[in-house]
Amino acid sequence: MNEEKGNLLEISNLHVSVDDTPIIQGLDLVVKFGEIHAIMGRNGSGKSTLANVLMGHPAYEITKGEIYFFGKNLSELSVDERAKAGMFLSFQYPMTIPGVQVGNFLRKSVSAVSGNKISAKEFRTDLKEKMTQLQIDRAFLSRYVNDGFSGGEKKRMEILQMLMLNPKLAILDETDSGLDIDALRLVSEGINLATKNAGCILITHYQRLLDLVKPDIVHIMIDGRIVKTGGADLAIDVENKGYDWLEV
Amino acid sequence: MKEEIKPEEIVSEYKYGFSDAEKAVTKFDKGLSEKVVRDISELKNEPKWMTDLRVKAYHHFLKRPMPNWGNNEMLNGIDFDSIIYFLKSSGKTEKDWDEVPEEIKNTFDRLGIPEAEQKWLGGVTAQYESEAVYHSIREDLESQGVIFLDMDSGLKEHEELVKKYFCSVVPYTDNKFAALNTAVWSGGSFIYVPKGVHVEMPVQAYFRINAKNMGQFERTLIIADEGSSINYVEGCTAPTYSTESLHSAVVELIAHKDAKIRYSTVQNWSNNVYNLVTKRGVAHENSTIEWIDGNIGSKLTMKYPAVVLKGKGSHAEIISVAYASEGMHQDAGSKIHHLASNTTSNILSKSISKNGGRSSYRGLVQVSKMADNCKSNVICDALLLDEDSQSDTYPTMEVSNPTFDIQHEASVAKVSEDQLFYLMSRGHSEQEAMGMVVNGFFEPFTRELPMEYAVELNRLLEIEMEGSIG
Repeated sequence: MNEEKGNLLEISNLHVSVDDTPIIQGLDLVVKFGEIHAIMGRNGSGKSTLANVLMGHPAYEITKGEIYFFGKNLSELSVDERAKAGMFLSFQYPMTIPGVQVGNFLRKSVSAVSGNKISAKEFRTDLKEKMTQLQIDRAFLSRYVNDGFSGGEKKRMEILQMLMLNPKLAILDETDSGLDIDALRLVSEGINLATKNAGCILITHYQRLLDLVKPDIVHIMIDGRIVKTGGADLAIDVENKGYDWLEV
Repeated sequence: MKEEIKPEEIVSEYKYGFSDAEKAVTKFDKGLSEKVVRDISELKNEPKWMTDLRVKAYHHFLKRPMPNWGNNEMLNGIDFDSIIYFLKSSGKTEKDWDEVPEEIKNTFDRLGIPEAEQKWLGGVTAQYESEAVYHSIREDLESQGVIFLDMDSGLKEHEELVKKYFCSVVPYTDNKFAALNTAVWSGGSFIYVPKGVHVEMPVQAYFRINAKNMGQFERTLIIADEGSSINYVEGCTAPTYSTESLHSAVVELIAHKDAKIRYSTVQNWSNNVYNLVTKRGVAHENSTIEWIDGNIGSKLTMKYPAVVLKGKGSHAEIISVAYASEGMHQDAGSKIHHLASNTTSNILSKSISKNGGRSSYRGLVQVSKMADNCKSNVICDALLLDEDSQSDTYPTMEVSNPTFDIQHEASVAKVSEDQLFYLMSRGHSEQEAMGMVVNGFFEPFTRELPMEYAVELNRLLEIEMEGSIG
């Protein structure tokens, strides 16, 4: 596919406000197919804002700058259209949807995103395989979406959705927080699998995820800007030295 | 539900708002008088005791004040003189759909009733205006002695049973609208299930108002004898006229020892119908009465399905939902009377208000002095879809026994921007996302309905969500 040669995501001079408070203040980022970008930074540096603004959360206002996804101006796409175009966000705090069963929800989501109806059999086979990979019990399917889920279950549910929806750009917002080491390993395997032919933005605080999912590029965010970009080593530097040395 | 909704199936109008040309066999003039009451009784060739009961009820109706709860402004808007109290559209009740007058048959075809009968029902009665136009019961049920008739035929063929139970659960003095119904009742279902007989397939009644300014006053009486069980389902629709119609039914259930009655309703009256219904059941020893009550339509609904737990160890289950949109007020709820020891009740009430609609939960749990070790669990959840809509809760407890164990939970929630964002990020449009949240909220109710009803209800709610965004 020739699209794989181009840029998957292009962000230029992005400024974002929430309730008229500027959060992101001049951010540039290019993600190509097959690249894994890690974004690190202190709480409040604007990492989650970036994730939400990419997916199109209505509370985040782009005051300046542009985002292109597949060469399309993102501001022209609604949230569901972004999902259909191949964007996926693994939420830091996934929402509970009482009364909606996981199985039905996944089925509906897969047909919404893919735009065509897959057969029940095809869906079940695919789902079974992905659930086995993530060691998710079948009983999961009849539970309500995220209702009464533990922190770890919620994160695995996000990864399951990602695997089923097969995105071109996966944005993972602190998917590793609150996971024990076994769950982290499963989640990491899921991420590696899903991002084989896609781009990925990993937002994380911890090196331990980056040991399992090798980033190609690491960015450090401070006060709504990327202040340093480097290779995988940069994450190790931050782990050892903190962020102070990066401040202007 | 698994059922997918196709875009071409989505229509923003009230789906059942069509009407037929009115062709009456017998039509009374507008308005109510003792003569109208006597004429209805005479036309039906009723025994004297029924005529007398009707007349007594009529006089009680006249002197009984309007209820002072619910929605007084709307109630006082009812013009009793402009209502038609009796309208007969067909010469007799048919047992074969082909014999039903063409226009009426078309209506029920469009509502999917004959199809449903073939697929999953044990019996059907279809009421059009004042009387049943079609009626059938599966032969195997009939041969087991199950009686399933329209109420008029019930009175003719089983007068002693009717005389014994009619008004025994809901006396005409109960409230103004029970008095009105007793005075002018016509149609409804009469069911008797003999000892030990289990009616596995649901039996269904469908009530349709077609004429303008029509008053529909069906009367239903269900008696489940010892150790028997029955599952009864009713549906209601009407065309959308600019003038108002009145639906004022009375339903009486009697569950004898060890019997079980489940009564499911999905009313989807158009938003010009006053729906003022009295529903009550008496549960004898170790019996169970379940009301599954869905209120999706109407202008004003005031309905509080009740169970009198009269026998030891009897159980009541009331699951209700209400959906109120613009110009609508759903004043619904439940009443439980724990009169005997070891009786238990569960109440789950869910309401959604949208576009300035108003839903109220009005509930009563009463425990008598003699009733030891009773338990009740009450949950009321409200979901508001916008700032203009309203939800109120009026729970009342009258407990005269110290061993009573009650759990009560109430919640009011809003659909959050974050929930919609989450669902939309999985490829669902804003409307689909709203539909999912709403269907999910009603799920504890819909899962209790027969599959066909559940699918229909979910589809209906998805349609209702159109235009609710932004």
